[in-house]
Amino acid sequence: MNRLEKKLNELKISGLKAFVPYIMAGDGGIEVLNERILLLEKFGATAIEIGIPFSDPVADGPTIQQAGIRSLENGTTLSKVIKELEKFRDEISIPIILMTYMNPIFAYGIEKFVQDINNAGVDGCIIPDLPIEEEELISHLLDTADIELIRLVTMATPRERIERIAKLGKGFLYTVTVKGITGTRNGYGAEIADFLKMVKDISPIPVLAGFGISTRDQVDQFSSYCDGVIVGSKIVELFANNDLSQIEELITPIQIMNKIM
Amino acid sequence: MKTYNLPDEKGHFGMFGGRYIPETLMQAVLELEEAYSEAKREPEFQAEIQRLLKEYVGRETPLFLAENLTRHSGGAKIFLKREDLNHTGAHKINNTIGQALLAVRMGKRKIVAETGAGQHGVATATVCALLNLDCIVFMGEEDIKRQALNVFRMELLGAKVVGVNSGSATLKDAVNEALRYWVANVDDTHYLLGSVMGPHPFPMMVRDFQSIIGKETKEQFLQAEGKLPEAIVACIGGGSNAMGMFYPFVENEEVKLFGVEAAGEGVQTPCHAASLTKGKPGILHGSLMYLLQNEDGQIQEAHSISAGLDYPGVGPEHSYLKDIGRVNYRSITDGEALDAFQLLAKLEGIIPALESAHAVAYAIQLATQMNETENIIVCLSGRGDKDVDTVRNKLKGAE
Repeated sequence: MNRLEKKLNELKISGLKAFVPYIMAGDGGIEVLNERILLLEKFGATAIEIGIPFSDPVADGPTIQQAGIRSLENGTTLSKVIKELEKFRDEISIPIILMTYMNPIFAYGIEKFVQDINNAGVDGCIIPDLPIEEEELISHLLDTADIELIRLVTMATPRERIERIAKLGKGFLYTVTVKGITGTRNGYGAEIADFLKMVKDISPIPVLAGFGISTRDQVDQFSSYCDGVIVGSKIVELFANNDLSQIEELITPIQIMNKIM
Repeated sequence: MKTYNLPDEKGHFGMFGGRYIPETLMQAVLELEEAYSEAKREPEFQAEIQRLLKEYVGRETPLFLAENLTRHSGGAKIFLKREDLNHTGAHKINNTIGQALLAVRMGKRKIVAETGAGQHGVATATVCALLNLDCIVFMGEEDIKRQALNVFRMELLGAKVVGVNSGSATLKDAVNEALRYWVANVDDTHYLLGSVMGPHPFPMMVRDFQSIIGKETKEQFLQAEGKLPEAIVACIGGGSNAMGMFYPFVENEEVKLFGVEAAGEGVQTPCHAASLTKGKPGILHGSLMYLLQNEDGQIQEAHSISAGLDYPGVGPEHSYLKDIGRVNYRSITDGEALDAFQLLAKLEGIIPALESAHAVAYAIQLATQMNETENIIVCLSGRGDKDVDTVRNKLKGAE
């Protein structure tokens, strides 16, 4: 069984919640990637989402856009990130998920990409500009390599489409809780709660909420309606400001909830 | 050629095209596809487009035999399809009329658009004023500086112009920002894309709205000469005027089709916009297409004297037509385009847009390789009033 699936299943059976932080690979230099992952693991991250920088990230807000620009200026490439992961994968025990737009994969070569991330011990992939209509470009290869393709549903996705996507889903269902790009928040509490409950009701696999989750209260609130949360822009910002204690504090509510359970 | 019937139901032209967009936009794009396929079959919708194209835009546009240019070039006869005579000064309005009427039909009264040189922005703002729709246009800060008059025009027409500072602050970045805006406002907003790019159904829909150019041309030429032309030439940025001109001729294999890209300072330099000549297939802005990119798949900046050709990609259907060899793609440098710009002004009394000057420049080269009984039609996609400042500065600099 895939490491990510196994980990999330374990949490689910014990009634525990997942916390998945996102970091931009190469922001602060490729050499800090390993230590940042290890730090997040120490703080209690369930799995880690590693962003690959792209020149035109249309699903991302200003925080992740800027991190991507800094990373590209540092000379980060998909190939360098894969090599780096391969080097220290054994030191990390939590699952690793790559988040990349489709074009860097396409330029790398789709088959070679799947083969190389498999060798580097990557457990899942999130491709924000690859809806289910186009996923056959890569999904069968990921399936064969036992790497989970994480599908997304959003507040603009109608119920029957959520059902279709959830049925295809692997690992967890990434549930976007804003109408917008990463790092924004525009929804009302009750609307989001209802939406998350509906997705949770439909989905045969764990449901994680993401986009625009930036405070302890939100981490607490959102994870109470589903199986856990993904925090991106806020973590990226805190790393950029070297504010490590704040990162630890963000993860804390989940730790407390998990202890009570 | 056997019957040409593309894209397929998923919006693919061979390997190109498709819908590579965030899930948030999928529903909007699927609804748009459905609304368009219904509207397309509805006579009243078509009649309303035809009425506005005739009474508001001023169609049909003339097909003009440029005798002086023909004499100067020596060789094939050169005809100009006068899209520059449309209201707002370019072919762009053929598409904005169609899409704005479709948005109204879908109950969406807010429009977002991107613009490079400002021509599509002006054509969008114009139609929004006519149909009383809210209009917001994203434009790169670099382009805002280069095209200050068009910004003022859009504002006069009641549009809100939002400057984009990210990336190279040009058209590519304006598309990114328009897409981000659409992601956040998808419930009540239509994205009025200006070229044959983006996710399905945009490349097909924009082609269909623009194919009035090729349809008229075919009829006009048949009536005048009793046959089809030997060659057709059009400039290509995203590729909408070319696609609209070529599409009705694609099955007529005896008609040679030439798409002209911007070679900027030369395709051997890093400063050009020749995506088909120098790029390779990749995915950007919702579509698989030829792209200027580095070996890691990062998109590169395009360069051209003409802001309308300054885009690192090219529509998926052009990408396909290149691969099957149906259309020949060539490139013309800034310098060659500048020469053609001045030549057409002096010889014919027509100041072409710098974009269209690329097509004129290639047509002159092509004419010399053909004989006097043969014919070339150039799609003169827009007029050059917007470029007069750029050209004046360029010529001053060269003195």
